[in-house]
Amino acid sequence: MAGIIGYGAYVPRQRIKVEEIAKVWGADAPSYKKGLMLEEKSVPAPDQDVITMSVEATRNAIKRAGIDPKEIGCIYIGSESHPYAVKPSGTVVAEAIGATPDIHCADMEFACKAGSEGMYVSFGLVTAGLVKYGLGIGADTSQGAPGDALEYSAAAGAAAFLFGKDNVVAEVRETYAYMTDTPDFWRREYEHYPKHGGRFTGEPAYFQHTLSCATGTMERAGMTPEDFTFAIFHQPNGKFPLRAALKLGFTREQIVPGWLSPRLGNTYSGASPIGLSATLDVAKPGDTILMVSYGSGSGSDGFVFEVTDKIDEVRNLAPLTTDYLDKNKIYLDYGTYAKYRGKIRKG
Amino acid sequence: MGLTTARYWREVPQRYRMEAGECTACGEIHFPPRRICMKCGKQKFETVVLPDTGKVITWTVIRVAPDEFTDLSPYAVCLVELENGVRLMSQLVDVDLDEIEMGLPVKIEFRRIREDGADGVLFYGYKVVPA
Repeated sequence: MAGIIGYGAYVPRQRIKVEEIAKVWGADAPSYKKGLMLEEKSVPAPDQDVITMSVEATRNAIKRAGIDPKEIGCIYIGSESHPYAVKPSGTVVAEAIGATPDIHCADMEFACKAGSEGMYVSFGLVTAGLVKYGLGIGADTSQGAPGDALEYSAAAGAAAFLFGKDNVVAEVRETYAYMTDTPDFWRREYEHYPKHGGRFTGEPAYFQHTLSCATGTMERAGMTPEDFTFAIFHQPNGKFPLRAALKLGFTREQIVPGWLSPRLGNTYSGASPIGLSATLDVAKPGDTILMVSYGSGSGSDGFVFEVTDKIDEVRNLAPLTTDYLDKNKIYLDYGTYAKYRGKIRKG
Repeated sequence: MGLTTARYWREVPQRYRMEAGECTACGEIHFPPRRICMKCGKQKFETVVLPDTGKVITWTVIRVAPDEFTDLSPYAVCLVELENGVRLMSQLVDVDLDEIEMGLPVKIEFRRIREDGADGVLFYGYKVVPA
């Protein structure tokens, strides 16, 4: 059965704390920290973007898979912050890992679920036998308008997953996708920052799609929350994934390894994929994992993974997700953060 | 004058994948690759990929930068010796400038190295960060 044969994450070293943002806008930091369950978020350096983070995450995935990159037959990068409006991110990443020229490439967009889309399609092509190995990446250097609630969460990170049929680390046991037209969050062409529907992003959007997709995925797999060792849900803040998990009947303990947003922020297309990477870092052979992404617009992709014996062989072949999360952090003041994120108008 | 797109494209193997040329006659590794071996003068090379870790040999801090890098200043540029003894020049980033020292362990990371203005091509390549 096809599944993940290698995985890797990457998170920039820079961080900014909720208090540092709140003091600039006269906001009440404790209420943000409590209400959204956020402590700090990652910030990309001025020379980092979706392409650079995707390369680093993919190099980690290749180290764990131990394959020749020339045998990767497709690369799909999901993001809402591709550096170019016209020109693929995937060409640079494929060239950097040595996977060109015999490879199919497309950049994907679907708000925060673009990363899981790349995984979904890669898995499908591998299962169909059209490619030997498929590469799905979720990455974002997400933007929040200055002073907007999104500014407290919009973060940066990437995770990459190689799919194949041999030496599988986590078998894909079930997939399911749930989607409707629900305009809760968008960015029009030429606009720098996204806009959102405030509270409308909650019940009819995030929760409706996440819960429906999770339920549908479990029904198709013939499983219930008690059957899973771990679960990962999209995490636009710290509060939503916890609420979704508890509503579905999961326990807090089941989501803890992949519940990263309180100390990472919302990495958009990277969010649930990085959560999966962190969960695989601690998973044991035989563990079962439910992953449900969410992308505004709106839709969710659901996956059921079963971890194999191979996980113990590959886990330490690349940096762990928590290495990136917890080591060598560099804290920024708001001025430096604003400069790094291009929020200062120079002329 | 900045890096042209054509030159950048020609240098993709060395900038993206750290591909060097190893002289088939004497084994000397050249990075960036050369057409003639600096050691023995022969002209046949095999492509080898350089290791991604090393240490700082020496460094300097640029405080008055060329126009296109002024937003990044002050920044460090260092001479790195990789694990196989090959040396290269690189920007050293994600580091407190006061904590750079000779022998600092570093690793290669993929970064944006420059851009051709706000509407031009983005150039990617390697930089080093503390290991």
